Order: sequence, then C-alpha cells, then structure tokens
Amino acid sequence: MPMVNIAGKEVEVDEEGYLVDLSQWNEDIAKYMAVEEKVDLTDSHWEVVNFLREYYAEYQIAPAVRVLTKAIGKKLGPEKGNNKYLYELFPYGPAKQACKIAGLPKPTGCI
Amino acid sequence: MAAAEFDIPEIKENIEVPKLREGVMAHARTFPAAQPIQDYLGYPHELGDDWKERAIDKMGDMLGKYRSLKVFLDICVHCGACTDKCHYYLGTSDPKNMPVARQDLMRQVYRRYFTTAGKLFPKLVGARDLTKEVLDDWYSYYYQCSECRRCSVFCPYGIDTAEITMVGREILNHVGMGQKYSNEILTKVMKIGNNLGLPGPALQDTLEGLEEDIEADTGVPVKMPLDVKGAEVLLITPSADFFSEPHVESLIGYAKVFHAAGINWTMSSYASEAANFGLFDANYEVMRKAAMRIRDAALELGVKRIVVGECGHAWRVAYSFWNTLNGIGYGGNDPFSIELQKQLDPTYPQPQHICEVTHDLIKSGKIKVDPSANDDLVVTFHDSCNVARGSRMGTEPGGQFTVPRELIKAVANNFHNMADETIYESTFCCGGGGGLLTDDLMEVRVKGALPRATALNNVVKEHQVNFMAMICAICKAQFTKVLPKYGFDMSMVGGVHQLVSKAIKLD
Repeated sequence: MPMVNIAGKEVEVDEEGYLVDLSQWNEDIAKYMAVEEKVDLTDSHWEVVNFLREYYAEYQIAPAVRVLTKAIGKKLGPEKGNNKYLYELFPYGPAKQACKIAGLPKPTGCI
Repeated sequence: MAAAEFDIPEIKENIEVPKLREGVMAHARTFPAAQPIQDYLGYPHELGDDWKERAIDKMGDMLGKYRSLKVFLDICVHCGACTDKCHYYLGTSDPKNMPVARQDLMRQVYRRYFTTAGKLFPKLVGARDLTKEVLDDWYSYYYQCSECRRCSVFCPYGIDTAEITMVGREILNHVGMGQKYSNEILTKVMKIGNNLGLPGPALQDTLEGLEEDIEADTGVPVKMPLDVKGAEVLLITPSADFFSEPHVESLIGYAKVFHAAGINWTMSSYASEAANFGLFDANYEVMRKAAMRIRDAALELGVKRIVVGECGHAWRVAYSFWNTLNGIGYGGNDPFSIELQKQLDPTYPQPQHICEVTHDLIKSGKIKVDPSANDDLVVTFHDSCNVARGSRMGTEPGGQFTVPRELIKAVANNFHNMADETIYESTFCCGGGGGLLTDDLMEVRVKGALPRATALNNVVKEHQVNFMAMICAICKAQFTKVLPKYGFDMSMVGGVHQLVSKAIKLD
C-alpha cells in the first residue's frame, strides 16, 4: 500500500486513497483528502464529516444515507436534510467521498 | 475520485455495432485483493513460482467437475452469432469483449493442455501456452464480463460465457489474483452477515429511523421488524436496501405491503444479505457458505415463508440453487432439505419473490392501491439479467417478465416498454453486474451501459418516460452512478416497490 506524507506525517492509504489506519486521522488529513477529491471544505462539509466520525465511533460503520440526511436536516435545517444537498457538497456521492475525507473505510456492496 | 479520464460514448439513434479497436480496453484492471482477504477465503495473495501448474491443475479439476465447461470449450464453431451481443463490446469496441473472444482466452489454453491435437500441433488448432501475458489478459477481460448471459441466448449451441468467466476468475483466485471488490465483500458476508459489513446494532438503528420516517410521512406506524422469532415471513433483501438511495424506498415499500396485508414478518441481523457474490466465481463452497446463513436464520426464527427482496443475483441463486445449496425450495429429497421443508408452508412457493407476493395480494384484493399516486411518472421497466435469464416468477413461463410489469401497471397508470431487442430475455445488463460494480472499473461500467442508455433515450424521446423501474440493487446503484454521464437525472432510477410504496393504501 502506498505511503503519503501529510503535514509531516507518514500515513498509509489504499489504492483508492482511503486511510488504512483510522486512528491516524486528523484535520490535516481531511484537508488533504478533500484537495484530492476537488472538494472545498466549508463548515457544512465539516458538519457531515464530524457526524460520520461520531456515527462510526458508535457503530463501526458509516451511517446509511437516510440516517445521514436526517441528522444533517436536524443540524442544518430541514431544507438541507436530503440527498440532493449532500450530492451538492460531495458530488461523487456522500457515502464514498465524505467517508474518504472523514477517514472512514469505503462502504462496500451493491451501492 | 481521482479516476482515470475517459471518453463517454455518444448515444446514437440505434444501438450500433462499432468498428473494432483492438486492445483499447487492455488497460482495465480491477484492484487485486490483498493478503488478509485472500487468506480468509483460502487463496494465495500473489503468484508463486508454481502458478502455471496450479492454474492448469485447477482447470483440470474444473473440467472434471463441470461437464458443461468441457462441452462449451469443445463445441464452439466460431459462427460469430455472439459477437455483437455483448454490451461491453458494443460500448468499448474492444474485440476481446466479444463473447467468443472472451471464451477463446480460455479455449486456447484448454486446447494446449487438455486435447491431443493441441498437445502435438498447437499452432494448427489455435492452442496457446499459458503465459503471464495470457493470465493478465484473463484478469483484464474476465472482469469486463458481467456474467449476464445475453450472448448465450443468441448462441446456436447455447454456450454460456458466464460459466467460462466464472471458472476463469476462480482459476485466477487459485493462483493468487483475486479481485478486491468481490472478495472483500464475501469476507464481510461471512464475518458480519452482509455485503456492507453493517453490524446488528447499526441495522437496528437504521430500521428504527426508517419507522420514524414512515410514520412522519403517512401517520401510520409501519414496522421494520428485526429478529422476531415465530414470524410468518423472513424477508431476505440486499443490504443496499438498508443503506442507499433509491434502494431504501423499495424497502419501505415491502414494509408497507406486509403491514397493509397484516402479515407478521421479520428481517434477520444474522442473514442480512440477499446477494450472493459466491455466484461470480465458480466456487461452490463459498456460495454455499453464504447461503447457509439464510437457512440457519430460518431455522432459528422458525419462519413459515421466505421472501426475497429486489436483488437480481440473489433471486437467481435463490430460485435456481437454494434447493440444493441450503435446502430452501422444491425437489430436495434429502434429510437436509426435508428438515427445513417440514417447517416451511407448502402452500406458498419457497422461496418467493417480493413482486409475486405483492402482485398476488393486489390481485386477490388483500391490499388496495391507488395508481393515480404515480401519475407524475411515465414508467419503463429494466429487466435485470439474472432475473430474466436465470430464474422465473409466478406459475407461468415468462413470469419473471410479466409479474413485475403487471405489478407496475397495477400501481402506475403510464407504462411503456423499451425496444423489444433490449428487454425480456434479450435484456441488456446495466453494466455493473457480476462483480463489476466498483469504482476501479468505472470506464467499463459507463461504456457497458451504452446499449441500455440508448434504449432508454428512445422511450424518453417517444413517450416522455421519466422513471426506469427495476428489481436489482446492483442495477439501481449502477444506473444512478452512470446514467448522469449520459445526461439523465439519477432520480429516474428506482425500484418497483418504490412505485408500490407511493400507491399503496395503508390502514
């Protein structure tokens, strides 16, 4: 697996650039991943990223898209609690792109 | 994603046979599975010095086990009927994506090592040594086949390229060249119970959230029961239904159907996956191990019926193979099957597809629907390959085509089929089936969707179709991802039970 140097720290990422060791994650890594993904991180992005990390800490999996949209709707207002808004933030798809920036493993399956 | 750039094919008026462009897809190479995954499945993770012997031995083993494989490798007369039938050839124009050429990658090696003429006069009979170059071609082109079996419909001998692809992949596994996407998923099914790796507590939390959503939306407390002992029905559905849009809309639809019909049902946290990726490689034991979780859950929960949600490969495995894999279904006359059949209700098909269940309930008046709820939609139906060419529904031949369509017409007033040569048993794969639904194969997926996108485009133009219904989690995920590249909105893609969900009358 390739190693990359992010803000002076050597971290291992997989073929698709996902962090291998989740415990290494920090905000610099999130910023680095966001640049790779061509996403400009705003406060709204951070709300999503932080929620993903909280959920993962509790359930060892990324939240289902519905769970995520509902949580974001509660935090940022009902007009933002939908899939369309999440795709505006993360054009490649909230499940995969946001997970990468949050340092979570890539969701797998028929998704 | 920082994926390689590639040209998006242009949608033409008709599906056109492209001019050959040799080797244009030779670069497509899916990510290999790493050591922990290969270890878990009992495969090596890299080529050893003896890889060639291992490959030939494995091929010999498979030829002994599967007579079909030997017949398929022997009987092809290179008539060419299959050449323009594969969506990957039509979308990529690489001649190695012609089904006959894909088969020949293995046929040439078979002739060299397993036929007398090939052993003595290899050049005369098109036999070829198994080299690293050949092996790399296998890895590239056996992962540009979605095992959809469209070509086999047009082959005068009925050669099933999917079986050859499956064997090719299993030989690759056996020499240490497994695919990350499928093999990682298989380890998750075996360790956690579903392709996502969604643990029980997360599943419970997700389902509770959905119950809240439905009640907020309809005012009716529709339940999403999990691990309920003594329930009548065990629903086995793809885990994507818990996780993704638009999949979850169909899950909500199933729950409303059971609620409206007063059927006591449950899902299982242990068997929380319908899809069986063991089908993709010819490894019977892996496929069986995944299927056995469903048997164990059925016995543990004491259910009377087993119903399968919207999942193409799942339904092929369930309908065609479960009877001998895990004892669910007709024909098993062994103690293993008899034990489970005693528990299951013989007045229902076992297993039964959710479309059959809902269709029967509407026909018999046990649930009521208002099709005008879908009047904003003009609907077409995409036949999923494994349902279309590997299974059946209902009591009549062709039920796998008519039952979903009749169901759609019961819940929606506007329906139009796509062109005849692209539906029913001639349906085109979505382009993401058979283990190809992974980002590292995005170019293959986008190009492979061209025939379906062309057929869809024509009904959009002629009939203003704005919704393509389907009954497969892979098709839904694939189309929401690739159709936007052809200019379609992803909200056009959804499940049949998404339509049911809108039209069904609750309480």
